[in-house]
Amino acid sequence: MYESLWVMIIHSVLLALAALTGFAYLTLMERKILARMQHRVGPNKAGPRGFLQPLADAVKLMFKEDIMPADADRWVYTLAPILATIPAVIIFAVIPLGKDFVFFGERVTLTFANIDIGLLYLLAVTSIGVYGITLAGWASNNKYSMLGGVRSAAQMISYELAFGLTVLVPVMLTAWHNPSGDGLGSLNLTTMVDAQAGTYLGFIPRWFIFTPTGWLAFIVFLIAATAEVTRAPFDLVEAEQELVGGYATEYSSMKFALFFMAEYMKLIAMSALAATFFLGGWRFPGLENIGGNWGALISFIVMLVKIIFFLFLSIWVRATFPRIRYDRLMDFGWKRLLPVSLATMAATAVFVVLVDQL
Amino acid sequence: MLSTYAFIGIFTVAAITFPLLPLIISAIIRPNRPSEVKLSTYECGLEAIGEIWVQFKVQYYLYALAFVIFDIETVFLYPWAVAYGQLGLFALIEMGIFLMILTVGLVYAWKKGALEWI
Amino acid sequence: METVIFITTAIVAVGAALGMVLSSNAVHSALFLILNFCAVAVMYLLLRAPFMAAVQVTVYAGAIMVLFLFVIMLLGAEKADLGSEPIGWQKPVGVLLGAVLLAEGIYVAYKGIKLVDAPITAALGIGQPTTLSAVLFSKYLLPFEVISILLLVAIVGTVVLTRRTVKLKEAE
Repeated sequence: MYESLWVMIIHSVLLALAALTGFAYLTLMERKILARMQHRVGPNKAGPRGFLQPLADAVKLMFKEDIMPADADRWVYTLAPILATIPAVIIFAVIPLGKDFVFFGERVTLTFANIDIGLLYLLAVTSIGVYGITLAGWASNNKYSMLGGVRSAAQMISYELAFGLTVLVPVMLTAWHNPSGDGLGSLNLTTMVDAQAGTYLGFIPRWFIFTPTGWLAFIVFLIAATAEVTRAPFDLVEAEQELVGGYATEYSSMKFALFFMAEYMKLIAMSALAATFFLGGWRFPGLENIGGNWGALISFIVMLVKIIFFLFLSIWVRATFPRIRYDRLMDFGWKRLLPVSLATMAATAVFVVLVDQL
Repeated sequence: MLSTYAFIGIFTVAAITFPLLPLIISAIIRPNRPSEVKLSTYECGLEAIGEIWVQFKVQYYLYALAFVIFDIETVFLYPWAVAYGQLGLFALIEMGIFLMILTVGLVYAWKKGALEWI
Repeated sequence: METVIFITTAIVAVGAALGMVLSSNAVHSALFLILNFCAVAVMYLLLRAPFMAAVQVTVYAGAIMVLFLFVIMLLGAEKADLGSEPIGWQKPVGVLLGAVLLAEGIYVAYKGIKLVDAPITAALGIGQPTTLSAVLFSKYLLPFEVISILLLVAIVGTVVLTRRTVKLKEAE
């Protein structure tokens, strides 16, 4: 895959920086859109139309005093924000963002780690993601933080089940569409994107969302992913009315910022995954066969537009829905989402086998 | 094959330095003026009473147990989902039985009220 | 290169295991154990079994350790009381069992040295999902179905535990 160690290092630094930039401008985008939805203007003072606001925020947080409560567990308190960030960043490694560029004979790939078990890697990384917030809540030695931390862990594991089951649907649909024609499903995200190439009837893209069971899995995936990243309306871990700041109550300065960085990066990653699993990733009929660097650029822009669409959706949801009650949250996860995702999965299995038989 | 995983390894190292760097920079440039009140636990201005590292609601623990069980089930589904197209009807029926038994478990837990948030 | 990675991972794994045993705070122990599981996952990768590596992290580091952490946190058992020993014979038995395990390990390692000459290609693909499911649904079909029964029993056990707490709540 990679020619040398240096190529790998450059790629990984670029990807990390891209994720950082994405996070910075997502915060601005969210504040702007939320403001518009509430008939406000939003941040517009730092730089032209507020475009330097994320930078100003970062500098401000850097200069803030870092307060560690005297009763806190020093090591875990410091470790928790780092543990929260790492999974949020490394999740990007397996997401194909577009076709390869070639600059002066050097290949710059946007499919960073094309591994056969990509989906399991995702599952492993998201399951590790529980620890950051939980340990932050525990280490702060604050009742609100502790409640927020424990709540978040219970919420994440509950929705992780539905999440893990719905992503099986694209795996099985890949078996149906597999470009190599061997009828095998794949855990490889690049193969999944390839399986969504082309159109039905010449105008409907062959995206998994347009399959008989795919749309249902898509909806379940969106709900479960929102709960996984603890976004509104599932943001009970930081319910300020009942838990002050939740797990982040005792955090300040850069450590506080890291938790938010983790949350927003995960949101970007989940949006990219939703696009990859159900909306054909960087593919768009008519635009996917353009070759060369232009084709690569277009594929990346297509992916970016899909990601921004999901980000906008998430912000819209945040502006629209009130927070769900905790018992309702657990009920919904275990009694609605889990059975529905199981049923969707089973239906997809039967569907694919039946289509094969016909 | 391992070279792709090597990328993930290097990327993980980058991801570890990534939060460390701002933490270190901010540790150098930020002010540090601790006081006793500042370092006390924040509970909306009231004095904190009692420990927090105490026994909690048992319901959380039960959700975690149920999660482990269903997570293992999910992991079994992955290799099956990849290969069942080739394995044919037989594997589909086998997995149907496997899922049926576990669905019975879920229904049982549901009916007995184990999934009730009390 | 692979040898360097293996030795580094091995040191991390052993160090994490030691840290887990020696730290007095149960949550710190749990964190060290997670690190240990991740190191073991890297070893699976070196053995060309990426599927096992991912499952190791998902199930052990991601699910079972969450359960452990919950138990530690929810019971308020963070601070282990090292002074008192509730079961007197625990220590000698522990030492004895440890010695047996060590002897076993040495024996296996001694036996294993002879296996090094075996061709490595035979093991390739053993951890691939397709290979795994091919044997899972033919040769190991019965164990696979028995696992579902085992998981069912575990669910029933969980439910029985809740029933008791519900009853206790009502009795109050």
